[in-house]
Amino acid sequence: MRLILAGLIAAASVALTGCGYNTIQTQDEAVKAAWSEVVNQYQRRADLIPNLVNTVKGFAAQEQAVLIGVTEARARATSIQVTPETLNDPQALQNFQAAQGELTNALKSLLVVVERYPELKSDQNFRDLQAQLEGTENRIAVARNRYIEAVQTFNGTVRRFPVNLTAMVFGYDVKPNFTVENEAEISRPPTVDFNTAPPAAPAEAPAAAPTN
Amino acid sequence: MHIAGPCLAAFVALAAATPVAAQSLQQVPPLAAWVTDLTGTLQSAERAALEDKLQAFEARKGAQIAVLIVPTTQPEAIEQYSIRVVDAWKLGREKPDDGALLLVAMQDRTLRIEVGRGLEGALTDLVANRIIDETITPRFREGDFSGGIDAGVDRMIQVIDGEPLPEPEQHWDGAQGLASLLPILFMVVLVGSAILRALFGRALGSLATGGVAGGLAWWVTQLLGVSIGVGLVGLVLSLALGFGGGGRWSSGPRHGGWTTGGWGGGGFRGSGGGGFSGGGGSFGGGGASGRW
Repeated sequence: MRLILAGLIAAASVALTGCGYNTIQTQDEAVKAAWSEVVNQYQRRADLIPNLVNTVKGFAAQEQAVLIGVTEARARATSIQVTPETLNDPQALQNFQAAQGELTNALKSLLVVVERYPELKSDQNFRDLQAQLEGTENRIAVARNRYIEAVQTFNGTVRRFPVNLTAMVFGYDVKPNFTVENEAEISRPPTVDFNTAPPAAPAEAPAAAPTN
Repeated sequence: MHIAGPCLAAFVALAAATPVAAQSLQQVPPLAAWVTDLTGTLQSAERAALEDKLQAFEARKGAQIAVLIVPTTQPEAIEQYSIRVVDAWKLGREKPDDGALLLVAMQDRTLRIEVGRGLEGALTDLVANRIIDETITPRFREGDFSGGIDAGVDRMIQVIDGEPLPEPEQHWDGAQGLASLLPILFMVVLVGSAILRALFGRALGSLATGGVAGGLAWWVTQLLGVSIGVGLVGLVLSLALGFGGGGRWSSGPRHGGWTTGGWGGGGFRGSGGGGFSGGGGSFGGGGASGRW
């Protein structure tokens, strides 16, 4: 009797391994790890913002609307927490992404406003903060990409034939993934307008480069 | 026919779009040396000096800095290209993640310092940004590219030097690995030399044994001196073992001993060039970019 039981357990474990149970576990953990990195980097950005807002205030206190917009967007973004356990909920991920996207846009408009204040732009403290913010945005982009890849791998595993049965038995479903936030913006051709000065920093660089 | 029309149009559109998509991303060059210059910006002497500096730094500190100069990163932003390069190259050792890359795109007039996870504490985004702003771009604007890169690398080295990192592993691991392998090596020499001597005669067989022993040691330790030493020991041991069989001692084996060294030298060349690689360090997008 004991022999039969042992044999059954052995057979079951072999079957589970063969059916990709372990693969699902490994890739599920990889997705969670990738997600932690995403949250880390967003948190890092949120931590930078109070300092940034204060510095801008010192030079451009009259830009109340933009400053308040950033602060509020930050508050909303940090209030939404998506733990790895709730990652399977597409709605939670979408809310998280929407809130963070709002903050991204608020920060963008802040940096546009800043262009009007040359003193602020040349302030060392502000430049340091800007460098950190740029660095953080880049880390966010990298972390998001890695998360997207991890989810793609996981979803691919869970959907392919023999493993999908195992996944079904143990209740693993495909995970929701990030979408491109500014789809409409990307598909629209960029507008080039030489008459207005403010918008983006890169536009001025080629002209300024040879002289200074 | 009605269906074929749109289908054909779609295929033509696809075919037209595919080459664009294929050529759109810049290739990541293979990692073959500390400095990779695809534009010919650096003179060979400057390049060699920079390589020596980075090699010495890696041997001393363990952290790995590489320099890559490309014509352009278009259509990607330099940050996107840069993370692809470091993901492929895996600069730095695996656990401390202590790699860094200085990437320059000549035509785009952009540059970036990409920092491995383990160095983010010392070479922060801020510090990387300052190195670019204060040290590199002022020289680049004057057209002094080698000077800018050299000075930038100097500051990177200086900053990383202040960070406590694990000792360079190669020496430790090499010595320990060799110590644990010595008994096995001894057995291999004993058995191998008997076979090789039977096959090639005493002199040649001993020579081959020394070569194999040296090669094995090189494979394990990557240390030239140790490998030659092991090779010589293998040779002498093998000769001594073969002495029982009689035969005349000639100057041949002595020359052979030096050939054994040369064998190790071949291994060194191979490793210095094609075998140069990253150590598995990972990157999380830290660092800073700049323009000139």
